[in-house]
Amino acid sequence: MPNLEHPAYPAADLLHLEGLVPCRESQVSTLLSIFGERQQFSFPSIFIYGHTSSGKTYVMKTLLTTLQLPHVFVNCVEYFTSRLLLEEILIQLQSCPSGTEQTSPVHCDTLSDFVRLFKQALATQELQDQTVYIVLDRAEQLREMEANILPAFLRLQELTDRNVTVILLSEIVWELFRPNIGCFEPFTMYFPDYSIGHLQKILSQNHPPEYSADFYAAYINILLGVFYMVCRDLKELRHLAALNFAKYCEPVVRGEANERDTRKLWKNIEPHLKKAMQTVYLREISSSQWERLQHDDGEPGQLKGLSAHTHVELPYYSKFLLIAAYLASYNPVRTDKRFFLKHHGKIRKTNFMKKHEKTSNHLLGPKPFPLDRLLAILYSIVDNRVAPTANIFSQITSLVTLQLLSMVGQNDQLDGPRYKCTVSLDFIRAIAR
Amino acid sequence: MSTCSVSKGCFVFKPSTKKRRLSDKTAHDFRCTSNDSEDTELRFVTCQSLWNQIKSETEKIQENLNKQLLDNLVSFLSRSHSDFQEKTTEWTCRMKFREIPTAALVLGVNVTDHDLTFRGLSDVLQDNITPYVALLEAKDCPGIKNLMQKLMGQLMKCDIDVDSLEDEDCVQVSQNRIRCSMPSLISWYDSVTKKTDSETPSKKRNSSSRHWQSPPVVVIFRDMESFTTKVLQDFIVISSQHIHELPLVLIFGIATSPMIIHRLLPHSVSSLLCIELFQSLSCKEHLSTIIDKLLLTSRFPFKLGEKVLQVLINIFLYHDFSVQNFIKGFQLCIVEHFYSQPLSVLCCHLADIKKRVYSLSHNQCENIRRLPSFRRYVEKQESGKQIELLTNDSFLKEETEKLLEDLHVYHENYVRILRCLHVFTSSLPKYPLGKQIRELHCACLENRVWETEEYESSLQLARMLNKTDLVTILQQCVEILMSSSGKEFDRAVGKLKEFLTQFQNLEAEASQERDVSVSPQKELQKKTDLYHLQKTLLELKESRRSKKLTKFEMLRFEVVDYIDSLVRRYLVPADQRTLQEIVYFNGAAVLRGHLNAAPRTALHTALNNPHWYLKNQALRCDGGGISNKAPDICIVYKLHLECGRLINLVDWLEAFSTVVMAAEETNADAASSDQVDDVIHARFIRAVSELELLGFIKPSKQKTDHVARLTWGGC
Repeated sequence: MPNLEHPAYPAADLLHLEGLVPCRESQVSTLLSIFGERQQFSFPSIFIYGHTSSGKTYVMKTLLTTLQLPHVFVNCVEYFTSRLLLEEILIQLQSCPSGTEQTSPVHCDTLSDFVRLFKQALATQELQDQTVYIVLDRAEQLREMEANILPAFLRLQELTDRNVTVILLSEIVWELFRPNIGCFEPFTMYFPDYSIGHLQKILSQNHPPEYSADFYAAYINILLGVFYMVCRDLKELRHLAALNFAKYCEPVVRGEANERDTRKLWKNIEPHLKKAMQTVYLREISSSQWERLQHDDGEPGQLKGLSAHTHVELPYYSKFLLIAAYLASYNPVRTDKRFFLKHHGKIRKTNFMKKHEKTSNHLLGPKPFPLDRLLAILYSIVDNRVAPTANIFSQITSLVTLQLLSMVGQNDQLDGPRYKCTVSLDFIRAIAR
Repeated sequence: MSTCSVSKGCFVFKPSTKKRRLSDKTAHDFRCTSNDSEDTELRFVTCQSLWNQIKSETEKIQENLNKQLLDNLVSFLSRSHSDFQEKTTEWTCRMKFREIPTAALVLGVNVTDHDLTFRGLSDVLQDNITPYVALLEAKDCPGIKNLMQKLMGQLMKCDIDVDSLEDEDCVQVSQNRIRCSMPSLISWYDSVTKKTDSETPSKKRNSSSRHWQSPPVVVIFRDMESFTTKVLQDFIVISSQHIHELPLVLIFGIATSPMIIHRLLPHSVSSLLCIELFQSLSCKEHLSTIIDKLLLTSRFPFKLGEKVLQVLINIFLYHDFSVQNFIKGFQLCIVEHFYSQPLSVLCCHLADIKKRVYSLSHNQCENIRRLPSFRRYVEKQESGKQIELLTNDSFLKEETEKLLEDLHVYHENYVRILRCLHVFTSSLPKYPLGKQIRELHCACLENRVWETEEYESSLQLARMLNKTDLVTILQQCVEILMSSSGKEFDRAVGKLKEFLTQFQNLEAEASQERDVSVSPQKELQKKTDLYHLQKTLLELKESRRSKKLTKFEMLRFEVVDYIDSLVRRYLVPADQRTLQEIVYFNGAAVLRGHLNAAPRTALHTALNNPHWYLKNQALRCDGGGISNKAPDICIVYKLHLECGRLINLVDWLEAFSTVVMAAEETNADAASSDQVDDVIHARFIRAVSELELLGFIKPSKQKTDHVARLTWGGC
């Protein structure tokens, strides 16, 4: 087990840090050796990637705060334009070491402004002699901003001529970032997924104060046994653990079992957890509803999940329009005459036809169809005569806004619009009933 | 008045604008366009007061219907951030992920009605929970930036509304270029909540006693389906990071089904939400209540005829499911009725009738005499009275007053008996007369209901009802009839009560009968042999056929016959009543033209038969011929109807010039026929481009000098 060691930082801090970042010791020590001492220049940009909740953000945050390194932490989803992003970095930088709120309005529209203001800020905060870290979380969003943002951040050290390191955190690999005009290659680093052992260790770490660590560890073991197959998200697992712990403790609280009676406790909790996997985990019912159910000892059956309400009530002609759209989307044009005309010709069974119809149209997905075809099918499937009134046309539009149909190629509305049917066969079956 | 539509069709506008127009101009309009008729101003005033009554009534109904839903939502919202206030440091709270409380509000597909619901919702929220409510629409939020701008704009403006005393610095904030980011929203929220804390106690009681210390910020997404996935995802991710500082609650307005949430949001995002489902009343039930309260009541003198009601209901059921549109249609009926029927001045409450009848002018009396239903009535009278009615105005007025009062009484009775009959028919299997009272109402309005086959079969079924059902039905009928104020139904109630006591008496006797009736059943159970079973069953059948009716069966027959007699007496169709034209609106064709427009058909008629709209005798064409006096576009249109998918422009031009030249042919055949006149050429090109603008043809790239047809002939 690699103990964290670095001459530049006090041993007590490092030990504390080690306790805070379980199962990520090797990554942290690599980072520390790249960072070097406070005043030393570090690598200009570091790219860290790994799957969801593999501790990227958490490790960076704890590392920078426990060692009290000057840093700026920005989430790129939240600051969705380059202006917002740059201004936020500057604002955070102004209040960085002292923590005092200096809310002088910052205006920074372009990168050159940013470089100038950045130098100013460093000068006023007296940070020239140590490395400043800029962490950009969810860095994949940078790709959607102006083309110069990402390359500039990668060589910010060179542009500003100051001691600064930019750290990019992302869930996707660096290859998907690389702009086609080329750029400075950052130091890439991979955070692997937590294994089941790691998860067990991390989850058992913060047990409730009323119960012993062993008891909680046993619970986590059972929980992982049920959920590890479907979910490796640490956040989600922790949430589920907190939700269901009360149920696990029930026999102990009632005095029916003691804390060592694992088998009995397992029998009590296992079906409960399985039910949770089908409902709460999928967000079929909300966690607060789940807690209330637990509290009242009710059956989850009585509370219908979101997917139980699939039925959509539609006006009479909307139903037929939707059915006609479905038929138009999944039947080839060739067969229209055969299906919808009373006196169609003989059905010629050629080899080509047989071969073609083997591949299910449902696997190919819906095909676009023109408005006229939809109306023609509608007229033939509705028993009585349908007048082409404004209401029928507006119903088509409202079906589009309800996302039951979708419009294809919205170039010109007058020029024969084409639609696609986006609902499934089950939905159509339910409607046609 | 503007619409976002490209077409120049007819649109129903919101009542506010319409009403303003009404009050400004319509009194005038009533007068100038129907100058031959009388009492325009009085009619206008009556129309308006009637509409106002109906409007307030509908608003009340809708409020009541939404009450349950809104109460549930309010309790959800007040529960949602209770832990935000307490700031608990318990272990479970610390460990649990903080999800954003979210209400999924399923409102049905009638998107036009949602407006009203959301307005009511935000009013309720602002009264009870929080002043911070933002309503977002998909069309305003194509990107996350616009969404944040809209959100902050709405929230910060509402702040000005709440405490207008201190709007000075708020205005300053909104005038500056606000940074549209979560931190600025949070700092705004902090400052606002802190401000209410530090206010003087007296003011605090006024403004914030209704709300808590830190009221939640409610964001309503009006039309969830239309939002783009990315915008929603980004917003949820951002706000979930700040949920500790900003107590946010989301409300999703869903038109289809809650599955859309899973379709729009991936698991990683939907796991940030704590979604609870709320469902509004189905719009069909909503309509039933509206019909029940507006039409099946004697409170309002105005009535809808059968065809009109059918048109309105059909538009609702077949096309839009929108209760608002139904009410709009109803309003149109009222306006149209008072506008077109001069005698509608008498369509008022019973108290006013006398005064109005006696102030009728001679012209109006003539109008009455011209009413078909009145003429029918006159014909039935003896000859002396006929002459009096047709010549003496004052006698006519007396008679009219009496008839109108009769009509009013008829309405009251009609509604009661209709409800009684509905109690019967709605408990029958397969509902031969319809499940809803509106279907029964339509059937009764249409013709004599007792002459229909459905009525026959429902009576047959009613004669087979079991005792408990029958007793409960009778009890309900008694209740309905008792609730009427008049003495009309005293006898009927007495009779029904008598039936009820007879049923109770039967029970005492039933014990003896049961012995008799059970015994063959017992025999039946003993025998297991198939042959014997068949034999006994046949015997049983024989005996049953010949058996005398039991007392209960006799009584049941009596009850059904009595109900039948009530129906025959009171449910006479309205169009057979005298003076029904005064209170019934029957212009179904007008209504259909207004509400269910057929643009394609209208366009085809205009182009194919210009006489229809232009009313020029010269344009009247016979058969399939093409008149050369018609406008150019009509000629071009008619010619293009004869073509296939692709039209050759040269041929078309040739045909066009032939038609146009047809009149001058006699004197101009000397001119070279292969050379087309420039003027005609220009006219042709203009007509073709007009057709292109109307969407009938488009230029084609498949063949040179050809255009493609976009229609399959006028529908």
